[in-house]
Amino acid sequence: MAVTRRQFMKVTAGGLAGTSLVALGFSPARALAEVRQFKLARTSETRNTCPYCSVGCGIILYGLGDKAKNAHTEIIHVEGDPDHPVNRGTLCPKGASLLDFIHSPNRLKYPEYRGPGETEWKRVSWDFALSRIARLMKDDRDKNFLQKSGDVTVNRWTSVAFLAASASSNESGYMTNKVIRAMGMTALDNQARV
Amino acid sequence: MALMSLDVLQQSASTSTPPQARTTLEVAKLIDISRCIGCKACQSACMEWNDLRDEVGVTEGFYTNPPDLSDQSWTLMRFNEQVIYGRLQWLILKDGCYHCEDPGCLKACPAPGAILQYANGIVDFQQEHCIGCGYCTAGCPFNVPRLSGKDSKVYKCTLCSDRIAVGLEPACVKACPTGAIGFGSKEDMLFQAEHRLVDLVERGFAKAAIYDPKGVGGTHVVLVLPHGDRPEAYGLPANPRVGPVLQAWRSGLARAAGVATMFAVLAAGILHYMRHGPLEVPPEGDQEVKP
Amino acid sequence: MTNHWADIKNADVVLVMGGNPAEAHPCGFKWVIEAKIKNKARLIVVDPRFTRTAAVADKFAQLRPGTDIAFLGGVIRYLLENDLIQKEYVRSYTNAAFLLDGKFGFDDGLFTGYDEAKRSYDKASWAYQVDKDGQAKVDPTLQDPSCVYQAMKRHYARYTPELVERVTGVPAAEFIEIAKLIGSTSATNKVMTSLYALGWTQHTVGSQNIRCIAMIQLLLGNMGLPGGGVNALRGHSNIQGLTDLGVMSHLLPGYLGLPTEKEPDLKTYLEKRTPKAVRPGQMNYLQNTPKFFVSLLKAFYGAEATKENDFHFDWLPKNDKTYDILATFELMYQGKINGYFCQGFNPLASVPDKGKLIPALSKLKFMVVIDPLVTETSTFWKNHGEFNEVDSKAIQTEVFRLPATCFAEEDGSLTNSSRQLQWHWKAAEPPGEARPDIDVMAGIFLALRELYKKEGGTFPDPIVKLPWGYAKPGAPSPEEVAREVNGKALADIPDPKDKTKTLAKEGEQLATFAHLQADGSTSAGCWIYTGSWTQNGNQMARREAADPTGLGNTPGWAWSWPANRRILYNRASADPAGKAWDAKRKYITWNGKKWVGPDVPDFKVDSPPEEGMSPFIMTNEGVGRLFALGGMAEGPFPEHYEPFETPLSSNPFSPKGGGKTLSNPAARVYKGDREKFGLAAEFPFVATTYRLTEHFHFWTKHTRIAAVLQPEAFAEIGEELASLRGIKNGDRVVIKSKRGAIKVKALVTKRIHALKIEGKDVHTVGLPIHWGYEGLTKPGHLTNTLTPFVGDANIQTPEFKAFLVDVQKA
Repeated sequence: MAVTRRQFMKVTAGGLAGTSLVALGFSPARALAEVRQFKLARTSETRNTCPYCSVGCGIILYGLGDKAKNAHTEIIHVEGDPDHPVNRGTLCPKGASLLDFIHSPNRLKYPEYRGPGETEWKRVSWDFALSRIARLMKDDRDKNFLQKSGDVTVNRWTSVAFLAASASSNESGYMTNKVIRAMGMTALDNQARV
Repeated sequence: MALMSLDVLQQSASTSTPPQARTTLEVAKLIDISRCIGCKACQSACMEWNDLRDEVGVTEGFYTNPPDLSDQSWTLMRFNEQVIYGRLQWLILKDGCYHCEDPGCLKACPAPGAILQYANGIVDFQQEHCIGCGYCTAGCPFNVPRLSGKDSKVYKCTLCSDRIAVGLEPACVKACPTGAIGFGSKEDMLFQAEHRLVDLVERGFAKAAIYDPKGVGGTHVVLVLPHGDRPEAYGLPANPRVGPVLQAWRSGLARAAGVATMFAVLAAGILHYMRHGPLEVPPEGDQEVKP
Repeated sequence: MTNHWADIKNADVVLVMGGNPAEAHPCGFKWVIEAKIKNKARLIVVDPRFTRTAAVADKFAQLRPGTDIAFLGGVIRYLLENDLIQKEYVRSYTNAAFLLDGKFGFDDGLFTGYDEAKRSYDKASWAYQVDKDGQAKVDPTLQDPSCVYQAMKRHYARYTPELVERVTGVPAAEFIEIAKLIGSTSATNKVMTSLYALGWTQHTVGSQNIRCIAMIQLLLGNMGLPGGGVNALRGHSNIQGLTDLGVMSHLLPGYLGLPTEKEPDLKTYLEKRTPKAVRPGQMNYLQNTPKFFVSLLKAFYGAEATKENDFHFDWLPKNDKTYDILATFELMYQGKINGYFCQGFNPLASVPDKGKLIPALSKLKFMVVIDPLVTETSTFWKNHGEFNEVDSKAIQTEVFRLPATCFAEEDGSLTNSSRQLQWHWKAAEPPGEARPDIDVMAGIFLALRELYKKEGGTFPDPIVKLPWGYAKPGAPSPEEVAREVNGKALADIPDPKDKTKTLAKEGEQLATFAHLQADGSTSAGCWIYTGSWTQNGNQMARREAADPTGLGNTPGWAWSWPANRRILYNRASADPAGKAWDAKRKYITWNGKKWVGPDVPDFKVDSPPEEGMSPFIMTNEGVGRLFALGGMAEGPFPEHYEPFETPLSSNPFSPKGGGKTLSNPAARVYKGDREKFGLAAEFPFVATTYRLTEHFHFWTKHTRIAAVLQPEAFAEIGEELASLRGIKNGDRVVIKSKRGAIKVKALVTKRIHALKIEGKDVHTVGLPIHWGYEGLTKPGHLTNTLTPFVGDANIQTPEFKAFLVDVQKA
């Protein structure tokens, strides 16, 4: 913030006058105490779980607005859930700064694509991404899927692999397992090993 | 704990007596160093709650990051490796404002109402009234307040006065995973601290003690030090007190001298006006001064 | 965790070894502090570094990385020699009394049955003596020389405090002090808890580290009691859940194994996978495996799965070998993987030997990254100067980066390490076009299905016919999926005790996995999660925080698998007659009619003590295993082996074994990786990698506050090593292993000191892992540039915790 010389002189002059007046026993009215206004007075609260470690601390997400139709909820603060029997409202340094994860400048916002030998990302549509991925998968599966090993039915696909998340929900984990195994993929793993 | 109304007890550069009829609870934060794991949750929660974001710095070979308190870092974990009685100790101090009963910053401050002490014990800065002179930084026996390069105002821990005003504990207290930071009435906090000493002595910390230094009239951030006989090992002053110059600054003599000076300046001003006419402030739109 | 986070407060002694919970799990660690303050508990920390957990410990010992079994084996010997065991517990609740097959033996670091060429064991001799009915023989006096107790005593006789000191670097006197404190909990009124995490698992002997503590806790009688147990703190927020759900190469949901090609049909599979009881009167709970497995196939394949078609067992892929993450990257390196998906995972930073990963990824035809954040993996093809020197133009991989929502923008459940499934709610809309992972998976699947429907192709059936009855096909709701995981009755399920009643009516959500059937009349996507979403609704969303006993088990908060049980094996909290071992910790006891207490009994609730059913109902002997039979790759008793990169040239516990027994003889080493192992002459220092409390893996470098709190990569080195190499605090240093080099700042500390190992000084180098070339922190090298590509012999967890480096001033 820049201060103009005029403001600076005014401030200084005011300060001087103030000091002097106070010395005479006057207390200027503008020196009334005011604490910073409490910023969560009317925010909406949502119960959630910290996504970092396996303690599973309860958190409360404080959103701007009361979830009225025209209000776009923006999370403005994250705090520990005092009811939670494990963390009892506490958070570690990572949990206490979850707000900066939600609003990280490095969040991905749209699908991107990088072609062979290219040096930069291109923004693409979900439709493009999903259909191109499905095409690559199908071509590989049709070519490399093994139905029989000797006379044993094995129905496996080993040339495409999947590394699953370890902080996504159980529901997405189950869904991942279900569709990946339906495709016949064997190389499905998660972060439990590393 | 009762809802604090945050009545004012005293304010800087002001002689008027704030309303005193109501009685409010004196609060305190208790930092039990024997339970502190130096995780910096307090630092993180402080930045997040107070909408502060310090610069991403560099590592200089210490766990302490950022390297010092600043206008963006109102609390800081300081790490000290010490060998005491032949045993390695990693002493971790949660540094920040100690909210003195007799605050040196407030005594030193020449700007009316820029520093307040609430009846509950919190010492709070009102940046709107701060003139950026930095006297408070010199007056603080703990070297806590920091002048901002952005707006030439001084900042420090408010003990989350905005949270306490609505009946909540400070952000660092709430976050602290191990309960090393507690919050409540000063009486309760001292009682708890005494209780902790029994356990510490039993575990071999014979010199464990409470840090509530009398030289500043006691503090509203009280510490339990496992090595109570050597606060310096944690980076704390052994006997913090408000300097004699500051004491004099607030005396009647100084006030009389101040009034005399003021009249002298006033007289000089009138003389100047009579000789040269009014002192003009240059018109708006002149060059910006970036502090 | 066999127990749970808040239960730690009930402990008298807390052993933290192989973990650093004050830094990695601070909010769970509060219960250690609570135990110290409210229970006068003593905290023991054994670690290669004086960590922030050590900062509040009562006893700390610095050990050399990779020597935990030497230390713990020493503890086992100390307990046995000094009779610091809970005898009645050991006799009744463990296999100490079981007689071992006469052919079993151990010599010079190897158990019987080793095949050096295959680097594996024939485990036939690792077995009990059985009678003609197949039942195991026992000697309750524990005197028979072939019983497990005596074999164990013989095995650990070598683990003397002196040898422990020579190998681990912990002075014998300090070791004995700690062993004594651990042994104090063999008293029936004292309990120890063990807290560990990746400090124990990320070794080539990782699984055996855990076996050691399981044995110690059984010997001390600390399993099944409040304040006791073996507690894996685990890493990510839902790594427990993802593992429970079988999202691993060798698993299906509920720890059912993915069939191998040796199990080509349902009958063979179930026969092989369903254990038979080996002692009379035991529950052998896994005899119900067919019910769980068929219900899973019904959940996956719905009406398509019928009795006639073996519930479409043929649709499941059959493994020919393991496809763990190391195996997958090896295959990729060999050019045998064409496509790779990374969902919320940054393998370039998390898999060892970055120098091998970049060429591996560069051989892919396509890669798909699904993540809320930028990852190094997603930009592996970009040149980041010294941090990632690649030629983008030469990399032919097509890369897709799909934005996913984060926790705040979706509903769903996460399972924490206490096995608690907790539901969370969406608070805001995701940024831009980000989509929930479920939708992304549905989107990929439906796009592929569309192609197969249109074009046909190789074995389209499981893709084209997979039931997909979700209300919005492209966006199945978390509620729908959670209900499917829990499972439901597909027909009325009659109550076997009273045929006029039903356990569940057709279409109803099931209340418990005890109601599952093997005939196709029930479905359950993950049997251990049955009970999480019942006819009474979402049990994971429960928020009753009451703790009626004060023991901290809050039975009304969320939902724990299995069956909302908070402490596993809790029948063992009572003596064989059904009375609490310790009145202060009364938990599950026999009231004359049934087992009762503040938790769901982990037992047949109406089986009286005189029936002799033993508490460990998940084993087919009913007791805890001090001797692991054929369950482990490298032996039924844990044995010390050196890390694959070690400062020693022979194993002090088996000096005659030579190179054969220096390191884990059953660990898998790929060709080309062995050549990249360094020797002590060139790389004299032992390095270990770890996390810091300020960061979470490679995510928080994208968050401003965490970046402020730990902005730049560093290595921790002791003062002796610093002066040896002329390094000052804050200097830039180069850390070099046989596989690569990284540049970091030096943090010179008193908290790591040189250890005397076999008469020589050994220095430890600490390497936090959190930095990379993406993020708000200072750009840095990925630490796994240095780490060796070799894993644990059982589950292939990489050896990140012990390898060799050199350190020089940059």
